[in-house]
Amino acid sequence: MCPNMVETHANLAAGGQPVEMLLNMGPQHPSTHGVFRLVLWIDGEKIVRAEPHIGYLHRGSEKLCEGEQYHQVITLFDRLDYVANFNNEWAYCRAVEKLMGLAVPERAEYARVILGELNRIASHLLYVGTMGLDAGAMTPSMFCFRGRERVQALFEAVSGARMMHNYFRIGGLKEELPENFRQLMSGLLPLLKKDVEESDKILTFNEIFLARLKGVGAIGAPEAVDFGFTGPCLRACGVEYDCRRAQPYSVYDRFEFEVPVGLDGDCWDRHWVRVQEMYQSLRIIEQALAQMPEGPVTSPLGRRLIRPPKGEVYVRAENPRGELGVYLVSDGTDKPYRVKVRPPSFCNLSAIQRLLQNSWIADSVVILGSLDIVLGEVDR
Amino acid sequence: MLARAQTVLADFHPQPGALGDLPQLTVNAASIAKVCLRARNDPRLDLKMLHCLAAVDYKDHFQVVYFLHSLTQEGTLAIKADVPAATPSLPSVTSVWAAADWYEREAHDLFGIGFDGHPNMSPLLLYEGFEGYPGRKEFPFNDYQEF
Repeated sequence: MCPNMVETHANLAAGGQPVEMLLNMGPQHPSTHGVFRLVLWIDGEKIVRAEPHIGYLHRGSEKLCEGEQYHQVITLFDRLDYVANFNNEWAYCRAVEKLMGLAVPERAEYARVILGELNRIASHLLYVGTMGLDAGAMTPSMFCFRGRERVQALFEAVSGARMMHNYFRIGGLKEELPENFRQLMSGLLPLLKKDVEESDKILTFNEIFLARLKGVGAIGAPEAVDFGFTGPCLRACGVEYDCRRAQPYSVYDRFEFEVPVGLDGDCWDRHWVRVQEMYQSLRIIEQALAQMPEGPVTSPLGRRLIRPPKGEVYVRAENPRGELGVYLVSDGTDKPYRVKVRPPSFCNLSAIQRLLQNSWIADSVVILGSLDIVLGEVDR
Repeated sequence: MLARAQTVLADFHPQPGALGDLPQLTVNAASIAKVCLRARNDPRLDLKMLHCLAAVDYKDHFQVVYFLHSLTQEGTLAIKADVPAATPSLPSVTSVWAAADWYEREAHDLFGIGFDGHPNMSPLLLYEGFEGYPGRKEFPFNDYQEF
């Protein structure tokens, strides 16, 4: 086996026998969901070895956080997992709130849950659409993007931006929800429910889709835990572990919802778990809307400059892709001393080498798609 | 969790503490691989998941923080190890958790911390030939290198 591309070329140039063919995918490749490069050593159609290369989107976000004031860091978290912005902002805000021992207004907590779960649905809808594309189905992506667009229209009404909302604040929200929020939600939810059902019906039990995904890219639960899988990827292996259930944060202990769990840990199970999660998110949103009290949503801190006390904190949040961890070190100044992000996609993607080994080239795209990575948070 | 962890890891003389609301143990950097192996395999702790590995630059020394999580014991434990700034290196835990592979490469990229026994320490986030360690405090913000 040739260890790298240079040696392979040197070997061939020197008149050596071709051992295995080398196939480069990415960094600009429609199936890599961003800028991700995959080098495959192939023997016919079989992948002998795979080597992932990441870092094309590395912006040094963690370092940049050290140069920004606590409130300004929120914008940087928006740009990590740029498909689930609210969930990212939320995790960071919770970290600082925990450090300061700050209580969040009740209404703000409910608003965060509603927006976070809507973001989960939007993110999963995007996943279902692109998974369809990866498996060769064009239509579902149109259906799913329509549903996602509805959610983003609501986000725009609430925060003023379709993405990169910068709406959560340390201790609350930026401003009051729009006056017609309940009206907007009651208009959105029935349509969104239909969209979710549609995206489920068109793909999940489709015969071709099943044939492409079932039994492909399977990983057992012990190995998945070893690689640090979290979220739908871990639950697909049959591990019933959801941060919202295991260590309920915010007001998640007040809602009834199920944690969908797969069986085999293959691509189809990962897909199925995500689809089921969308239904559960809808359930949570309905309950949260019914329970949401009136009252203030803005932070008691206002726009004041904050200096959290010296200390460290580690916060976890159940994001659409898995568990986001935020490790925050404060030295008592107005800027964080160190921010370490534990991105869920990073760990899920680190198993790609193991998942691709001895699979077919045609399956590599599906396996990568089923991990549902966002390179913004992998590379940071 | 803290009391249990102290009992299980007693012969490594861990210093107990708290990281926010998480139990925390500080151990000698040289024994980190053995500590992690015990923490992972002992059924009383069963810390099968390396949740996060963070490196922090405290100027005079580096601190490597391991966040370990157990799915059966429902708990998280933070293990800290200090390494001197002059010779920042400690044993690798890639043989304990597969997740450590990329985390350690990242910490090596950004902080220049060496992990002895890591199978492939090539750059992960930075490109080949990048000079300096951008995670460190001494690395300037407004500086960049032409690629």
